Amino acid sequence: MSELILRLNAQAKSTVLSIQEYFTLAWNSLRFIFARPFYTQDLIQQMDEIGVKSLGIVLLTGLFTGMVLALQSSVQLQTFGATMYIGRLVAGSMIRELGPVLAGLMVAGRVGSGIAAQLGSMKVTEQIDALNTLGTDPIKKLATPRVLAALIMLPVLTVINDLVGIIGGNIIARFMVGLPSSLYWRTVWEQIMSGGFTMRYIPNDFVQGLTKPLVFGAIISITACYFGLRTTGGTEGVGQATTKTVVTSSILILVVDYFLTQLLLSVLQTQ
Amino acid sequence: MTETRRKEDRASGSIRAAIRKELAEDAQQDNIDGIDTDNVEGRPVIEIEEVSLAFDQPILEDITLSAKEGETIVIVGESGTGKSTALKLILRLLVPEKGRVLIDGEDITHLSFEEALKVRQKMGMVFQGAALFDSLTVFENIAYPLREHTDLDEDQIEERVRQKLQFVDLEPDEVMEKLPSELSGGMRKRVGIARGLANDPEIMLYDEPTSGLDPLTTGTITRLIMKLQRELKVTSIVVSHDIRSVFKMATKVALLHDHKIVFFGTPEEMSAAEDQYIRAFLGQT
Repeated sequence: MSELILRLNAQAKSTVLSIQEYFTLAWNSLRFIFARPFYTQDLIQQMDEIGVKSLGIVLLTGLFTGMVLALQSSVQLQTFGATMYIGRLVAGSMIRELGPVLAGLMVAGRVGSGIAAQLGSMKVTEQIDALNTLGTDPIKKLATPRVLAALIMLPVLTVINDLVGIIGGNIIARFMVGLPSSLYWRTVWEQIMSGGFTMRYIPNDFVQGLTKPLVFGAIISITACYFGLRTTGGTEGVGQATTKTVVTSSILILVVDYFLTQLLLSVLQTQ
Repeated sequence: MTETRRKEDRASGSIRAAIRKELAEDAQQDNIDGIDTDNVEGRPVIEIEEVSLAFDQPILEDITLSAKEGETIVIVGESGTGKSTALKLILRLLVPEKGRVLIDGEDITHLSFEEALKVRQKMGMVFQGAALFDSLTVFENIAYPLREHTDLDEDQIEERVRQKLQFVDLEPDEVMEKLPSELSGGMRKRVGIARGLANDPEIMLYDEPTSGLDPLTTGTITRLIMKLQRELKVTSIVVSHDIRSVFKMATKVALLHDHKIVFFGTPEEMSAAEDQYIRAFLGQT
C-alpha cells in the first residue's frame, strides 16, 4: 500500500513538474519575441514552413468541409423549405468552429510533428547542447521563431480555410440545390452581421474565428517545442516525441476550443 | 608474491614500457618536442572544487581538479563514471549540488542562465558526434558563433572561417559549401574543432574527440589538439577512452572511478603508478 502511495506521489510530482516546464517554455518563448537578438531569417523560414507549405492541405480540407456542410444542411433545410439559409449555416459553422479547429488539427498533424521531429533530432545529436555551448539560448533561437510564426500563420490559414469552405458551400448550393449565388452570399453576409460587433466595426464571428487560431497556434507550436526539446533515447525517442505532439496538441485543441467558446460567448454577449 | 601477481606485474610493466616507447616514437614521427608536463606555469583557468552531483544516484563525488593556462587535462575512466558530466559542469549546463566551479577565478555555480551563456563564449566545445547543425553548410556552422557574438562583417567572417578551416587542415574551397552529411567522420570532427575555435576561445573542451574514428584519423585529431595547445596556448579538457592519444596529448590525466578522481597527475606518473586499479585500467585499455 505504502509503495503504491509512493509511486502515486512520484507520478504526481513528475506531472506537476512537466506542467511547470511546459508553461515555463511557453512564457520564455513568448517573452523572447520582444528580446534581442531577433532571428528574422528563422522567423521567415518558419512562416514559410508553417504557413505556405500547409496551404495545400488547408485548401483541400476547407473546400470539402464547406461542400459537405452545404450538402448535409441542404437535406435538412429542404424539409422546412429553408434552403436559402444554407449560406448562413455554412458561414456560421466555418467561421466560428470548423475553420479554426480543422486548420488547427491539420497544422498539428503536419507542422507540429515536423517541429517535434526536427527539434528531437537536434536534441539527440547534441545540436541543442552545441547551441548552448555557443552562447545561444535554444528557446530563443528555435522555439520563439516557431511559436511566433504559428501565431501569425494559423489565423491566416484559418481565414483562407473559412473562405474556401464558404466557396465550397456556394458550389454545392448553386449546382446541386439550385440556389442563386447572389442569394447564397447575401445570407453569408447576414450571418456575419447578425452576431453583433466588437468595438463597433469588428463582427463578433470574426473575433471568435480569429481568437481561436491564435490560441491553437500557440498550443501546437509550444507543445511541439516542448516534446521536441525533451526528447531522449535516440531515434525511438524522436518517434515518441512526434506522436505525443500530435496526440496532445489535437486533444488540447478540442478541449480548449470548448472552454474558449464558452468564454468568448459570455464575453461577447455581455458587450 | 604469488605467481599470479608476478604475471600481472610483468604484464603491466610491459604495458608501461610499450606506452613509453610509443610516446617516444610518436614524438619523433610527429616532429614535436612533446608536451611539457612539468613546467606549465600560470594562473588556473578552470578549477573544480569538491564538486558533487547526483540525480537518482551519485554521478560525481567530491571531485577536485584544476587546469592552468595552456594545460591539457585528459579525463579518463570507465563508461558511466561521469566524465562527460564533468564537462557539462564546466560549461555550466549542469549545476553541482555541492562545491564550486571557477572559470578564470569566477564562480560560475550561481550564475543566471543568461550570465552562463556569456561565460560559455570563452569556451569552445567539440562533441563526440561533432554536433554540427545539419541544416547549415560547413561555412555557416563555423560562422555561426561569429554572427551571433561579434560585429564582424561578412568578408571578415569569411576570412576567419577560411583561417580556421586551414588550421584544422581542411581546404576551405572544397568543404565550405558542403553540408555536414556530405563529410566523413574525421572531417566532421575537424569542422567541429574549427567551429569551437571560431571565437578564439581560451578554453577548449573535447568529448571523446577520437571515438569512432580509424587509427589514422585518430592520430590526425590528436595531433590537431596538440597543435592547438602548442600554437594557441589554449587550455583544454579532453574526455577520452583512447589511452594512446591520452598519453600523447595530456599534461595531466584525471582518472575517474566510482564517481571519484582516483588519480590526478602527469602521464608519466600514471604509467609508473603501482595502484592496482590504475594498472588494471591501463592494461584493460
